[in-house]
Amino acid sequence: MRKSFIAQNPSILIFLACLALFTLCVTVLSEGAGAGLISTSFIKTLGKTLCLCLVAIAMDLIWGYCGILSLGHFAFFGLGGYMIGMWLMYARTEMIVQNALAQGGIPPTPQEITDGIGSQIFGVVGSSDFPLIWAFADSLTLQLLLVVLVPAVLALVFGWLAFRSRVAGVYLSILTQAMTLALALYLFQNDSGLRGNNGLSGLQNLPGVTAPQALVSMWFFWASALALGLGYLLSAWVISGKFGSVIRGIRDNEARVRFLGYPVESFKLMLFTLTAMIAAIAGALYYPQAGIINPAEIAPIASIYLAVWVAIGGRGRLYGAGLGAAFFSLVSTWFTGGQAPDINLGFYTIQWVDWWQVMLGLSFVLVTLFAPKGIGGLFDLLQRKNDA
Amino acid sequence: MTQMNTLLEVSGVSVSFDGFRAINNLSFQIGPAELRAVIGPNGAGKTTFMDIVTGKTRPDEGRVLFGEKSISLLSMSEARIAQAGVGRKFQKPTVFEDQSVRENLMMALKAPRSWWAVLRFRAAAQDIARVEELAEEVGLRSELDRTAGELSHGQKQWLEIGMLLAQEPRLLLVDEPAAGMTPEERAHTTDLLIEAAKTRAVVVVEHDMEFVRRLNCKVTVLHEGSVLAEGGLDHVTANPQVIDVYLGR
Repeated sequence: MRKSFIAQNPSILIFLACLALFTLCVTVLSEGAGAGLISTSFIKTLGKTLCLCLVAIAMDLIWGYCGILSLGHFAFFGLGGYMIGMWLMYARTEMIVQNALAQGGIPPTPQEITDGIGSQIFGVVGSSDFPLIWAFADSLTLQLLLVVLVPAVLALVFGWLAFRSRVAGVYLSILTQAMTLALALYLFQNDSGLRGNNGLSGLQNLPGVTAPQALVSMWFFWASALALGLGYLLSAWVISGKFGSVIRGIRDNEARVRFLGYPVESFKLMLFTLTAMIAAIAGALYYPQAGIINPAEIAPIASIYLAVWVAIGGRGRLYGAGLGAAFFSLVSTWFTGGQAPDINLGFYTIQWVDWWQVMLGLSFVLVTLFAPKGIGGLFDLLQRKNDA
Repeated sequence: MTQMNTLLEVSGVSVSFDGFRAINNLSFQIGPAELRAVIGPNGAGKTTFMDIVTGKTRPDEGRVLFGEKSISLLSMSEARIAQAGVGRKFQKPTVFEDQSVRENLMMALKAPRSWWAVLRFRAAAQDIARVEELAEEVGLRSELDRTAGELSHGQKQWLEIGMLLAQEPRLLLVDEPAAGMTPEERAHTTDLLIEAAKTRAVVVVEHDMEFVRRLNCKVTVLHEGSVLAEGGLDHVTANPQVIDVYLGR
């Protein structure tokens, strides 16, 4: 009678199998670990795409299943990136400074090393002192913990304030936009301690690793695939049982769930925090592949794009969100990367870098009007055809 | 065990909305296993009365005491009141249309309600059996795996009653259960309510006199936010004031 949640929902195994197959194919064709048909930069694009799929799945959990349209989840994604970026930058700069000082003949004192790292990292913002938030930057373990803890605490505090006052619907969406905007504006300041608009850079170089980027990019690609697979499993498990029933109930009729005796606010808060943590892990894997993170990454528009991907991919089904993010990330890379040929109409030249945004907006409107279930809805049609 | 003769005691409750007194010094009592019909013209305060008991609306003054320990419901959240044993059925059938009958009943089934308990919950054999038993009781045994949205209006009402029974509340507040039902469906609904009231308190708010007559229970007539008359249906319908405000017009 009782089946495991994986057996109840065949789409989980199908998704994981596709992901495994994809990872295998890419590995075999890659420059770093295989035939060399896929360039290292494209491997990075694919790895980043997997991270975007993961944050889209988190977005689907909170929006598609629980009905909370958060337009701030990229803040958590970005924070995850900043937290890992701090260690990457610190540890690498430390090595460079140590090597440089060792050339001088006299062994450097720890103070000299610290000062050297400080002026290397913070020179661009006219400072050389380490701000308090860098206190743990020399420890990978602690900084990895912070990757999930910092976004989780932010989500907890924000969610507690918002849900307790029963802010919902469009007002909550606006509040989440305000949150991510406030965070971005704060980080843009030079004295925020995270290098202002310069952001953290050189993140693609792992400290102490001499392996070529072709191989490092594969490690991150595999890690991203693993994180996506585990995140998908976790999300599918969370929504499989009674918890899934309750959060879908909250989406459809919050008051009714309350009269059934469920503390709606704590369910929302828990899910909001969980999805923030998933988003942060995705971000922590994304930015080492991107190489740089700056405050523009968490501008309000980024979180809106996330919602658009999920809407077009298909809300309320995890694979739909993943598909939407993958599709848009790859198409966007193609259009904005200069690969798409400009179309000359004689009186006007269509440049895809600009027009891509218009197409994205247009497809969002069209999908909302004519295919509210998104790309994922196509699978329903196929299934119905098979059943008939 | 000491005999308790009042499960819910509402006394001297008043509430105003923008100066309009929706409930005016209302007092109401019901025993632990009693069926009661509440009737009254539109705007008499029937729904507001339910809102106060279930925690949706806070009264300006008065007391609402529940259970043998006479705990006050006024400082409790909706979810806490529901956990304490007050179940409510809305006028419009509100089931979770996106989910199966089984999922709806399972969600309502009495069990710990914290998110952690719910996350770890996996239905045990007796939970599954209880859901099937409840479905049988409300006549939805063969519809268990259907999506609730596909059910007929009457079936949705029964599903909601089934969900209420699954909560095992000690007090059941039911708002116009027979609205929009066929005569056969009404008969079934009457049976369900009378059966439920054998082991718990059931308050039925209803417009339809024929339905109230079939419930064959004590009737409370509300008018302008307070109790106008109380007693058997024949007794209250003979009351000239009641005829004047409600039946006469």
